[in-house]
Amino acid sequence: MASFTTLRDAVAAHVRDGDVVAMEGFTHLIPFAAGHEIIRQGRRDLTLVRMTPDIIYDQMIGMGCARKLVFSWGGNPGVGSLHRMRDAVENQWPHRLDIEEHSHAAMANAYEAGAANLPFAVMRGYKGVTLPEVNPNIRSVTCPFTGEVLAAVPAVRPDVAVIHALRADRRGNVLIEGITGVQKEAVLAARRSIVTVEEIVEDFGPRSPNAVILPHWTVGAIAVVPRGAHPSYAHGYYKRDNAFYQAWDAIARERDAFLAWMEENVMKRADLALEPAR
Amino acid sequence: MNAVTPSEMMTIAAARALRSTDVCFVGIGAPSAACNLARLTHAPGITLIYESGTIDTRPDVLPLSIGDGELCDTALTTVSVPEMFRYWLQGGRITVGFLGGAQIDRFANLNTTVVGDYDKPKVRLPGGGGAPEIAIHCGEIFITMQMGSRAFVETLPFITSLGHGTGPGSRERLGVTTKGPTRVITDLCVMEPDAHTCELTVTSLHPGATREAVQGACGWPVRFAADIAETPAPTAEELTVLRDLHARTRRAHSGEV
Repeated sequence: MASFTTLRDAVAAHVRDGDVVAMEGFTHLIPFAAGHEIIRQGRRDLTLVRMTPDIIYDQMIGMGCARKLVFSWGGNPGVGSLHRMRDAVENQWPHRLDIEEHSHAAMANAYEAGAANLPFAVMRGYKGVTLPEVNPNIRSVTCPFTGEVLAAVPAVRPDVAVIHALRADRRGNVLIEGITGVQKEAVLAARRSIVTVEEIVEDFGPRSPNAVILPHWTVGAIAVVPRGAHPSYAHGYYKRDNAFYQAWDAIARERDAFLAWMEENVMKRADLALEPAR
Repeated sequence: MNAVTPSEMMTIAAARALRSTDVCFVGIGAPSAACNLARLTHAPGITLIYESGTIDTRPDVLPLSIGDGELCDTALTTVSVPEMFRYWLQGGRITVGFLGGAQIDRFANLNTTVVGDYDKPKVRLPGGGGAPEIAIHCGEIFITMQMGSRAFVETLPFITSLGHGTGPGSRERLGVTTKGPTRVITDLCVMEPDAHTCELTVTSLHPGATREAVQGACGWPVRFAADIAETPAPTAEELTVLRDLHARTRRAHSGEV
């Protein structure tokens, strides 16, 4: 059941050390502000699940929040490497990071299976490739009707899903438009959820009957965080900050520069998580 | 007009491979430039699909990511990511998948995952993303990447996406019915798998490129077709449209627009 709160209180109540956390948003609507608050509150030993770790998990990994990463494409889109993720995988800095690696199709299917309350996802995939040799969670299942052998992966069932949406109404219904990614699936697959929104409105007003809406009784804490997806973007509010994505390459390349940037732009900005709900 | 760069020649040669009737699953980077150049020149009817869920998108500038707002704003429709991979890709609706890669072998298998041991990597690359399933579900695959002896290698340390496996019959034995890679477009030449051996064979050299240069940038003894062609030089239209596209893109991504 939706409750309105500050981002600080939402993270304090719903994200615990050791949790499996899925923060989704496929390039669009990445919940950066929520990730920063998790960093500020010093969460540790998280299993971070995301199709594309993106800069947000680069930051959380570099700040020591993660014990394990479950992902399917770990780069800075159109730019290059995620240097903090690479440093963790290649050099165990700031500490060892376990990885469970999939393809996009498998991750998308695994979220959908989680939302559907199934134990695993089935798909035609992973043929002729090396990944199943290094990921024991990629297995196979035989179709009982045709005998075809298909790939199987476990459903994603996070302790908590964290997403950023365009807006909520006064009842706590949540609206997502544009590139909708796997956010609906992530929230419905999770035990708890945090939703940050650009704004709260009286009523959604005219909309397509097929608009993507999470009803208020399916979401947990809702916090208003204007520009809470920046440097990702919010359809109809602000564009993706591609210049920042390009600048991140230099910021994150060296440990000291990264830590200095995080101190100045994240650790000292607790005020960003205190926006009142209404 | 300035001289054509190898990168421009590669993009233009890659664009020419696409048809106006194609439904194309677009990878980011070089494939995205080629696919949009094709749409803006000889293939105006082409349907471009990005894995973020955007179907029949017509961006004015090249996206930096596969999910830039530009792709959604100009798309016919945008579907969820599970739907994209299940109904549209696995459903067999895509005629061409256009991929890039960090490393390729003579059978056009690709590696974008890791160099060195998986558990103790020398270089950790981004990983597969959509590529493992794009490579098996699209009707055929075009690959575009710059040549170099560290990119075109004798043996891949990791197979991220399937090409022609270990040669003839590999795909069939895995139950894969699509054609796989039919063309590799590089900055020096175009390669196609040999009809009998599946080994990548140079079928066309770009203007100014030599056999020696191709061999020097390839980690295996490369084969050349008997009737090797010269890739037609870029037309003034191709070059103008590509350069305008890149200029618009640079302005947009630097925040000037």
